[in-house]
Amino acid sequence: MNVTDLAARANKLRQHIIQMTCAASSGHPGGSLSAADIIAVLYFHQLNHRPQEPNWPERDRFVMSKGHAAPVLYAALAETGYFPVDYLKTLRRVDSALQGHIDMLSVPGIEMSTGSLGQGLSTANGMALAARLDRKSWRVYCLLGDGECQEGQVWEAAMTAAHYKLDNLTAIVDHNKFQIDGCLEDIKDPRPFADKWRAFGWNVLTCNGHDFKALISALDKAGKTKGKPSVIIADTIKGKGVSFMEANPLDYHGKAPSAEEEKRALGELCRLPGPGQ
Amino acid sequence: MRSEATRDAYGRVLAELGKENPNIVVLDADLSVSTKTCIFAKAFPDRFFDMGIAEQDMIGTAAGLAAAGKIAFASTFAVFATGRAWDQIRMSVAYTRLNVKIAATHAGITTGEDGASHQANEDIAIMRALPNMTVVVPADALETEKVIRAAVAHYGPMYIRLSRPKVPVVTEGINYDFKIGQGAVLRDGRDATVIACGLMVGKALEAAALLERTGLSVRVVDLHTIKPLDQELIVRCAEETGAIVTAEEHSILGGLGGAVAETLVENAVVPMLRVGLHDVFGESGTPDELLAKYDLTPESIAAAVTAVVKRKK
Ligand SMILES: Cc1ncc(C[n+]2csc(CCOP(=O)(O)OP(=O)(O)O)c2C)c(N)n1
Ligand SMILES: [Mg+2]
Repeated sequence: MNVTDLAARANKLRQHIIQMTCAASSGHPGGSLSAADIIAVLYFHQLNHRPQEPNWPERDRFVMSKGHAAPVLYAALAETGYFPVDYLKTLRRVDSALQGHIDMLSVPGIEMSTGSLGQGLSTANGMALAARLDRKSWRVYCLLGDGECQEGQVWEAAMTAAHYKLDNLTAIVDHNKFQIDGCLEDIKDPRPFADKWRAFGWNVLTCNGHDFKALISALDKAGKTKGKPSVIIADTIKGKGVSFMEANPLDYHGKAPSAEEEKRALGELCRLPGPGQ
Repeated sequence: MRSEATRDAYGRVLAELGKENPNIVVLDADLSVSTKTCIFAKAFPDRFFDMGIAEQDMIGTAAGLAAAGKIAFASTFAVFATGRAWDQIRMSVAYTRLNVKIAATHAGITTGEDGASHQANEDIAIMRALPNMTVVVPADALETEKVIRAAVAHYGPMYIRLSRPKVPVVTEGINYDFKIGQGAVLRDGRDATVIACGLMVGKALEAAALLERTGLSVRVVDLHTIKPLDQELIVRCAEETGAIVTAEEHSILGGLGGAVAETLVENAVVPMLRVGLHDVFGESGTPDELLAKYDLTPESIAAAVTAVVKRKK
């Protein structure tokens, strides 16, 4: 898929995020929007997967460690055909499969349940170890939040991946600079990321997380790196694509847009030629 | 009677199963020599992962391996397996219903000299509270072999509670069907039932022998599976013997005693007493000294039985 098409897909994911969270009157738009371009590149370009056959054994695995960004993942799964797009509006409703945080048992295409931050990378390591044991060529991808990197388990897992030389694993940090209570430097700065991950034995790549060419090239380099796991520190903007969310990322971490805000946000998104351009 | 630690039986049978089933993988957190997963590690180095001193990461990694189709056994001391990694077990193992077996050793005060920091007396309670989790506490080494084999055959999350000291193999020579979720009557009796798990099963059998001399006929149930709980058997014992004593090397809060009490209150109210740790931390000492000091002996079980029988109408 070319960059223009990816931009259009990512834009569509953003519209879904706004509509879903507005309909649910809850959810996490900020961190979903910051990850939308990364998720678009993964689901529409990078991952080897079969939406019609979610349990295809040879598929690549994606673990969304930042489970609160469920809306962007649900949007991508729907847009790639795992379930009908119309179902997205049931987000967070009772009896819906679309739980507030992702649940692998209720939605096809989800590889791991998350929501308690800090746990996804360990599970991704386990999958990568299994792939190696079984001599399979599928890869594992894991998306983490930047605030999430304050969790100790992330660094336990970082040691594990390097120790076991998991070069079939690519982690991506959605570096949007914000968590719930404030920006990273005001809460407890987990940076410098590149130095830390490098010190933990990883191949570190950095790129603009809203630049499709840069993301694709980083994923490509990660895939070619042998003998160590790779991490992409993706520089992103929390709330990306919606001006008033970008301006107040702390307000829109875990707050849904009102009906009026939804209209404004969709107006902006429909006008945009596509993020990253 | 021969004695063997349940952890030794675990290590031995796990290595045997490793030969039979190439899908088994084993993880440990720098305690493989103590948990006995070192035997598997030596035989199958490619399928053994030492995760270092990182229990949370160990559980998560086990979940990932299981998500990709492996049967993952994760071992360390019970206190660290269940306490340090409880949220990881809840989120990545129980909620996901993945095929991870948490086989934890050094449960209870018989961990001994290492003291309170290393003695898990709350693990049954916190594992039992998790949906989808099966909780098994084998009585001895022989039953441990059955449990580990059953664990491989059974799909889903399981907590297996093992201990450090050598204990008499009390189930040897007793004929009963072992099935997860089904308690076993190891000795029949009319006047009261002692429901026990782990090494307290042996103590309960000794208590029943002591009581026989005083004229009391006591039934002994080996309730190796605390979850799913064999409610039918518990209710039947209450109805047939009219009094219940539970015996566990665990806090009386939320463990075997708690589970049995919940069932009795809702289904068959009879006099009941719980033998176990009374809301305290343990301390250093030899296993036998500690069992005596904390009233986890055949004599204390016998005293409890005598007391409940007196309360029968
Ligand atoms: C273990 C845990 N603690 C706290 C939370 C509550 N929580 C949800 S999102 C969040 C902030 C996450 O920040 P970050 O990782 O930077 O995510 P993003 O900015 O991408 O939304 C917190 C603290 C949680 N889900 N899990
Ligand atoms: Mg953030």
